[in-house]
Amino acid sequence: MFSFLVKRLLQSIVVLIAVALIAFSLFKFVGDPINNMVGQDTTLDEREALRERLGLNDPFPIQFYHFITDAAVGDFGISYRHKIPVSDLIAERAPATLELSIISALLSVFIGIPMGVYTAIHRKGFISRSFMTLSLVGISLPTFLIGILFIFLFGVILRWLPTFGRGEVVAIGWWTTGLLTWSGIKSLILPSITLALFQMTLIMRLVRTEMLEVLCTDYVKFARARGLKENAVNFGHALKNTLIPVITIIGLQLGLVMAFAIITETVFQWPGMGMLFIQSIEEVDVPVMAAYLMMISLIFVGINLLVDILYAYVDPRLTIDGGSKHG
Amino acid sequence: MTLLATKNISIGFPSRHGMFVAVKDVSFSVEPGEILGIVGESGAGKSTVGNAIISLLQPPGKVISGEVWFNSKRIDNLSVEQKRRLRGKKIGMIFQDPQTSLDPLKTIKQQLVETIDLHLRLGRKGSEKRAIELLEQVGIPDPQLRMHHYPHQFSGGMRQRVVIALALCGEPELIIADEPTTALDVSVQKQILDLMRKLCIEKNVGMILVTHDMGVIAEVTDRVAVMYNSKLMEIGDTKQILGNPQHPYTQSLISAIPRPDKRIERFPLVTYIEDVIEPQDEFDLSSHWLGQSRDFSMQVEEDGTILQVKDLCMRFQISNSIFKSKRRYLDAVKMVNFSIKEGETFGIVGESGSGKSTIARMVTGLYQPYSGAVHFLGKEISAINHTPEVLAYRRQMQMVFQDPFSSLNARMRVMDIVAEPILFHKLAASKEEAQHIVLDLLKLVGMADDAYTKYPHQFSGGQRQRISIARALATRPRFLICDEPTSALDVSVQAQILNLLKDLQQELNLTMMFISHDLPVIRQMCDRVAVMQHGQILELAETEQLFSEPQHNYSKHLLSLMPKLDMITERPITVTAQAVQG
Repeated sequence: MFSFLVKRLLQSIVVLIAVALIAFSLFKFVGDPINNMVGQDTTLDEREALRERLGLNDPFPIQFYHFITDAAVGDFGISYRHKIPVSDLIAERAPATLELSIISALLSVFIGIPMGVYTAIHRKGFISRSFMTLSLVGISLPTFLIGILFIFLFGVILRWLPTFGRGEVVAIGWWTTGLLTWSGIKSLILPSITLALFQMTLIMRLVRTEMLEVLCTDYVKFARARGLKENAVNFGHALKNTLIPVITIIGLQLGLVMAFAIITETVFQWPGMGMLFIQSIEEVDVPVMAAYLMMISLIFVGINLLVDILYAYVDPRLTIDGGSKHG
Repeated sequence: MTLLATKNISIGFPSRHGMFVAVKDVSFSVEPGEILGIVGESGAGKSTVGNAIISLLQPPGKVISGEVWFNSKRIDNLSVEQKRRLRGKKIGMIFQDPQTSLDPLKTIKQQLVETIDLHLRLGRKGSEKRAIELLEQVGIPDPQLRMHHYPHQFSGGMRQRVVIALALCGEPELIIADEPTTALDVSVQKQILDLMRKLCIEKNVGMILVTHDMGVIAEVTDRVAVMYNSKLMEIGDTKQILGNPQHPYTQSLISAIPRPDKRIERFPLVTYIEDVIEPQDEFDLSSHWLGQSRDFSMQVEEDGTILQVKDLCMRFQISNSIFKSKRRYLDAVKMVNFSIKEGETFGIVGESGSGKSTIARMVTGLYQPYSGAVHFLGKEISAINHTPEVLAYRRQMQMVFQDPFSSLNARMRVMDIVAEPILFHKLAASKEEAQHIVLDLLKLVGMADDAYTKYPHQFSGGQRQRISIARALATRPRFLICDEPTSALDVSVQAQILNLLKDLQQELNLTMMFISHDLPVIRQMCDRVAVMQHGQILELAETEQLFSEPQHNYSKHLLSLMPKLDMITERPITVTAQAVQG
C-alpha cells in the first residue's frame, strides 16, 4: 500500500509540474508583463531596469524554477488588475466557489445514487420511467439555459428565491459562509441545483446501468438462491459492487464541478473563483489565470489520488499484497 | 416419501413473437438421499427446470402449466415471499462457476454468517461457530483463519467448496446443482463430486445434478433423466440408461462420447439431431485450391521433423519492485523439449495452469520465449520473431482457439474473417479469387452456402468453431495448433468437429498439435502425448502406451480420474447403426 501511494504521489507531482509549465508559459507568451505593469510614459531605460530587477532577463529554466518554488508556497505574484497578491484574491473568492460546488456535489451524489438504485430495482415502474425521461432533460439541456430558466421561473415569475449574489455572509476567520444566514441559504438553492443537475442525472444513469449489470451476476443470483431478502440482496450485495466503477466517474465529475462552476457563477453573478477567472481573462490578468490553472489541477490530482485510495479500500482484490492465491 | 415431484411442468418465455416454450411436459421425482442427474446438451432446457423448482426463472419466464410438489405440498403456486422462505432453507442451489458465485467484496465469513443467521437464527456467535463447522465439513483446511479471507484468495476448487457450504447453511432437504464441476479441473471435479455424494448420504439430502457431462452422470447419480429439445426423452436408473438406453436420442448421444478405453477411427455422430449437417461431397484434393497451391518450398528436416522445441522456458513477472531481489516470477513453462514429425498429431494434456496453452502461444510467436528455441521447418523462428522474414513461416502454422465466442471478430462478416489471412499473405491475385477460396473453405468445413454474408453471432458454438477452422486453413498451413478446440462445445458438436479435424488431417497431410485436458479426446485424436504439470513435461509417450502403461505417477493419477464409463462399454456398439437408420 505504501509503495503504491508513493508511486501515485510521484506521478501527481509530474502532472503538476507539466501544468505549471503551461501556466508559466502564459507569462512568457501572452503579452509582455512589463507593458501590463507600467504606464505609457515610462522610458525604455526604466523598463529595462524593471525587467532586470524582476528577473525577466534570466534564462527560461531559472525563471521557471523561481515560479515553481514560489507557487509551492502559494505565492503567485501580484494581480495586474487588482494590485494585490493573487493568493489573497483567491483566498477571498475560494469559499464562495467551494461552498457552491461542495453543496452541489453532495446533492448530485445523495440524490443521484438513490435514484439510480431505485430505477434499477423497479425497472418497469411508472416512477422510474418518469425519472429516466426527466433525466434526459438534465443531460441534454446546457447549464446556462437551465440557470436562466430557473431564474425566470423562481426569481421573476414566482419571486421565491434571489437570483444573484451570495446574500448575507458571515465571516469565520478568513472563511466566509452563506450557510449561517437565511438569505445566504436561499441564494445557494438555485445555483447549486443548476450546477448539480447534470452530474445528478449522469450519476443516476451510471448507477442504474451498473446496478442492472450487477443484478444479473451469478453472486446476486446465488444470494437469492440462499433465500436472502430482497433488501439484503440489493443493498447488502449489489449496491457495493455497483459503486466500485461508479466511484471513479464520481471523482472525476466532482473535479469538473469545481473547475467549471464558471458558467453557473456567471449566470447567477456568484462572487467565486469562476467569476474571477472570467474577469481575469477579459483583462489579461496573467498571474490570476496561472494561479487558477494550478489550483484546479491540484484539485483534480488530489481527487484522483483520493479515489485511488478509496478504491483500494473498497475492493479487497486491489490491495497490493492481498492478491496472492492459495488454497 | 417422495421429496420433490414435478408433474407435467411446462415453462415458457413470452416474447414479442409469442411464447417460447423452453420446457415441455416434464415429470420426475427425487427421493431423499438420492441423486437425480438431468443430462442434455445446451439449450435442452435442463437448467430451466432447476431454476423453475427454486423459482429463480429469469423474468419474464414462468411455469405455464403443471405442478411442483415438495414434501407433499404444492409449491409452484405459493406467493413470492413464501417461495423466498423455501429458498436456502428447504431447497439449496449450487451454480456452475465458483469464480462468479461469491460476492467479491465480502469475506467468506460475512457471507456465511449472514445466511446462517437468516435461516437458523443462531445469533452472531452461534452463526460463526456453525460457519466453521460447515467449512470443516466441506473440507476447507484451517477454517478459523480461512473464513476471514475474500473469495479471490481461494482457488477454484476451494471456492466451489465454499459455495457448497453456503448452500448448506439453511440445512436444505434438496440441493439443485447446476453444472457444479464444469468449470473445474478433473482432479478437483473428482473431489467435489465425492464431497456431494458424501453429503447426500450423511444428511439424507436429495439432489438434482444438472450437467452435460456423461462422465459426471456415470460417476455419482443414482437415476438420470435425459432431456432433448425441451422434452424429457427418458428417465431411469443410471446403469440402465447408460448401459441399455431405449430412446434413439440417448443411444446416439452415448455413442458420441469419446471413449476412454479404446481407440476408434471416427466418432459416431449424434444422428438424432434434427438440423443435422448434410453429408459432404467427396473432397478431391488434387483439384482443390487447398491442394493445388500449397507451398512446399520449405523443407522439413531429413528425419521428417517439422517442429522442434528446445529447452523452452517462459516466465511471467507477478509482482514488480524496483529492487531486483524482490521481484517475483512465475515459471509457466520450464525447460520443455519435444519434436513433432510431419503428419503426426501431437497431444499435450494437463490441468489448467500446467503451461500447455503457454507453449502453444510461444510456438505461434504470440509470446516471446524467456529462453530456449522453437525450430519450425528447419528455421529457428523464435529468433526471428517480429521480423518480416518470419511471415512466410507463420503462414505455414495456424491456430484454432478454445473459445469460439471470443475468437471471431463480432463486427466482421464471415467472408471478411476468412478472407483476411488470404489477403494479408497475398495468396490470391484478386479480391474475387479470395472470395471464391473462402466459399470453398466454408463448404469444406461443412457450413451452409449462405454463411459468408452473416456475422459470427448468428451461428452456434459448433458452427463458429468451424469458421475458426476455415480461417486457420485459409493460409494453407502445414501445421495446425488446436488449443482445446472442443471444450466449449456439446458432445454431439464435439464429435463433428473432431471428425472434421481428422478428415482434414488425412486429406491435407496436416501436422497437428492438439492441446486438451480431456483424456478420452486425446486418446482418440493423438499419436503421441506429452503429460504436463507445473510447466514441465512429465511423460512423453505413444498414446496407446500411455493409456495402457503409464510410467509417471502423475499420469497414473490423471488416468485414474477419468470418469468411469464402464456401464456404457457393456453395450454393443452396433446400436449406433440402428440409430442411424431409425
